[in-house]
Amino acid sequence: MAGAAALPRENGELVFDAPWQGRVLGMALAVVQERGLDWDEFRHRLIAAIQSDPSRPYYESWTAALIDLVVDLGVASADDVQARAARVDP
Amino acid sequence: MSDDHGHHPEPLTDVERRARALEELLTEKGIVSPEFIDQVVDAYAQDIGPMNGAKVVARAWVDPEYKRRLLADGSAAIAELGFGGPEGDHIVAVENTPAVHNVVVCTLCSCYPWPVLGLPPTWYKSPPYRSRMVREPRTVLAEMGCDVPDDVEIRVWDSSAEMRYLVLPARPAGTDGVGEDELAATVTRDAMIGVARL
Repeated sequence: MAGAAALPRENGELVFDAPWQGRVLGMALAVVQERGLDWDEFRHRLIAAIQSDPSRPYYESWTAALIDLVVDLGVASADDVQARAARVDP
Repeated sequence: MSDDHGHHPEPLTDVERRARALEELLTEKGIVSPEFIDQVVDAYAQDIGPMNGAKVVARAWVDPEYKRRLLADGSAAIAELGFGGPEGDHIVAVENTPAVHNVVVCTLCSCYPWPVLGLPPTWYKSPPYRSRMVREPRTVLAEMGCDVPDDVEIRVWDSSAEMRYLVLPARPAGTDGVGEDELAATVTRDAMIGVARL
C-alpha cells in the first residue's frame, strides 16, 4: 500500500499520525464524489460524530461519520462493517 | 536472508480494523478504488499545503490588482494561480491591517481552506482551540505566542457551512524590492490561519 511505511510529513509535522487516517480521508472524498453528493453530507455527520463524543480523537470521529454515511447510503450496514472489521488480516 | 523472522507487527487497533473493513467493502462494491485513495493521500502529503497559500499572499503583496481580486473573490483569485479542488469553492481572504488582526476557527468540526493550506493541524481540530478562540481570542493567541497590540481589533472568523477563510497577513516592513518567491518563503501557515504575525 503506497505510503504505508513512510508517514507523510509537511512543514516538519506529520500530516497523518498513521496511514489509516489518510485512507479514511481519501474514502470520504471518494464516496462523496462517486455519489455526486455535496461535501456537507459528510461534514454534517462529522459534526454530529464530534458532538456525540467530544473527547474522541478526530480521525476516529471521522471514521464514525464515514460509517454513518455509508450506512445511510445503503452501501453496507453497520453490522457488515463490524463483521468485516473482525475478519481483517493484520 | 530476507524473511519475516523477528518481525512482530503491532496488533491493529479497532479503528484501523474499521478503516480497512470500509476500504474492502467500498472497493468490492466499486465505490472507491485504492488507487484513488493513494492519490488523495499523496496529494495532501506532498502537493497541497501552505506553500500554495504563501504564493497567493506574496502575489497579493506585490500586485495591488491581484490583491483587490483576491479580496473580492478568493476562490477565483487562487484559481488564477492554479489552486482549487475540495473545500475550495468558497474561499474568502481576510486582510490584516494596522487596525485589524484576523484569526480563523471552525467551532463545529475542522473546516479549513484545503487548496491553499492543505489539511489542518491537530491543534486546529482540538476542542480547546475550537471553543476558546471565539470566547477569548486575545488570550488564546497570546498563549500560542501571538501578541496582538491592545489597540488592534481581533476579528474571529468561524467557518460556516460554506465559507473557508484565508488570512492575508500584513507585508513585513523592510521587504520592498524583495522578489515574489522570496516573499512567499517568509509566509507561514500559522500566519495564514491568524495565530501568528509575520
